[in-house]
Amino acid sequence: MPKKLRPGWGLLPIAVFLAAWELVARFNLVPGELSFPPFSAVVMEFYHLTASGVLGDNFLASLTRVLIGFTAGSIAGIAVGIVMGWREHVNKALHPIISLFYPIPALGWLPLLMLWIGINELLPIAIIFICSFFPVLYNTVTGIRNVDKEYIRVARTLGASDFKILTTVAIPLALPNIFTGLRLEAGMAWRVIIAAEMVAIPTGIGALMMRAESLIRIDIIIVCLIVLAVMCLTFERFFQYMEARLTTKWR
Amino acid sequence: MPSIELKNICQYICRDVNLKIRDKELLVLLGPNGAGKTTLVNIIAGLTDYEGSVLFDGAPVDKLSAHKREVGYLFQDLVLFPHLDVAANIAYGLRAKKQPQDQTEARVNKLLQMMKIEHLSSRYPRDLSGGEKQRVALARALAPSPRVLLLDEPLSSLDVPTTKYLRTELKQLQQRLGITTVYVTHDLQEAEEMADRIAVLQDGQLEQAGKPEEVFFYPQNERVSDFIGAPNILDCDHCRSLGRGVMEVGCGGLTIIVPHIGNLAKRIAIFPQDIHISETKPVGPAVNRFKGIVTSVNPTQEAVRIGLKAGAKELTARIPHHIFEDMNLAAGKEVFVILKLRRIRVYEDKGLGKK
Repeated sequence: MPKKLRPGWGLLPIAVFLAAWELVARFNLVPGELSFPPFSAVVMEFYHLTASGVLGDNFLASLTRVLIGFTAGSIAGIAVGIVMGWREHVNKALHPIISLFYPIPALGWLPLLMLWIGINELLPIAIIFICSFFPVLYNTVTGIRNVDKEYIRVARTLGASDFKILTTVAIPLALPNIFTGLRLEAGMAWRVIIAAEMVAIPTGIGALMMRAESLIRIDIIIVCLIVLAVMCLTFERFFQYMEARLTTKWR
Repeated sequence: MPSIELKNICQYICRDVNLKIRDKELLVLLGPNGAGKTTLVNIIAGLTDYEGSVLFDGAPVDKLSAHKREVGYLFQDLVLFPHLDVAANIAYGLRAKKQPQDQTEARVNKLLQMMKIEHLSSRYPRDLSGGEKQRVALARALAPSPRVLLLDEPLSSLDVPTTKYLRTELKQLQQRLGITTVYVTHDLQEAEEMADRIAVLQDGQLEQAGKPEEVFFYPQNERVSDFIGAPNILDCDHCRSLGRGVMEVGCGGLTIIVPHIGNLAKRIAIFPQDIHISETKPVGPAVNRFKGIVTSVNPTQEAVRIGLKAGAKELTARIPHHIFEDMNLAAGKEVFVILKLRRIRVYEDKGLGKK
């Protein structure tokens, strides 16, 4: 059996990376006009941005959009997915349309939605909704349809009605698939919101980065990137944790 | 518990099946793979569309969908719900019918006890052995007190010792509960051991239905006879118990030692594959060993059928091709015929009563 590393060891590569960054920046090892701030400067800037409320405001703006758009998109995706997965004729009717829409990247909708919705809070939420809806839908349909028909037959002989079978057998057994969709899209929602804010929306982490770029504030850009990385990771881990809580008992 | 009647059942593979299964009876549906056994059971359960009529206790149930027919169905691969623990699996049918919680719990506990699996109640199916899964699946099928029990090759995925043990247990349980049961298998021995009556199904057609002895001794046609292995059946002139579970019987001039507890034997049966042929005199005691003459040699796809005359009796042996090729057998040749002692079946009457 391999020796188990203590949990703290995972942080070592990160510490080495940060130390190297600090040294490279301090000794000016990167040639060129633009300054390359050391890690300590980035930490200081993080403190200033937080203290002044700039980071907090923009972060909250992005977070709210992601939460609302993602929650609405996922719920809608799961609901439609369950119906499509469970009822063959609904699946037959909707599948061709979904197949056409699914490959369009969420950001591809941006120009169209800018014209239809205008530049307001609804725009980023709509983008995140689309970004979450299709993949979650797709995974839910797959999950429900892949439930072994034998389970459904056995439940039927045990006296369960169709609805009962759906709620007690089909959905629980589709959970692993549904969570795969949620986990992937939770991270993706953050990537998409940043891009949308960079292009079209004047508030949020993405917009903050664009403003920093025009002021040549590399330290702020790096702060934003770190916040983004942490948020993507947190969201994905949250769903990983939820999936484990709900399914490791039996998987 | 009701009787079951199938009237003119037609489906893709089933062709005009008419069959009566009596109250409290265990009927074995016997037939090769693809004969339509599972389909027929699915029809009784209401899991598939069909033409014709299924009656429980004389009343047609064709209009009832599967979840209202009150059948207990044990599927071939058991299909325990992986996301529910053992107790919840057993309780599934009771909860589906919205039984009160305390009644459900009492019933589940009773079944856990009956199946001797109390210690497993909070385990998940992935942590159960094959035999344990089998018990849980049976408990789950029995929990809602079904009117009939359908068992689709329930033991096929288990190892041989477990199968033997569970077979006995299953039969005892069925008799104790007095539940009308349809048991699907392709295994002749299993059918013989379990059945009150056997129904032989081939290519979706019911070939014969009757007591195991009837099917065994009086196969209705060649197809049934072939399927059950076309045994050599010998009438006994006299018999004498030797104690310790063996008996000596005389059949047409041959003195044969057979495994049998009791002191009566009217008929014995031995399958062609359980008769050995040797060109030289085998070593060892001369028990169940006779001189014989080859009367015919018939190669078939799977094996070679050898017709033999030993004493006054005609026997058929079946030997694999590779062994046949190493021997020099032809009609008229004198050989030694050896009957495998433990493979001989003994019947106390001529197939008209219980064995």
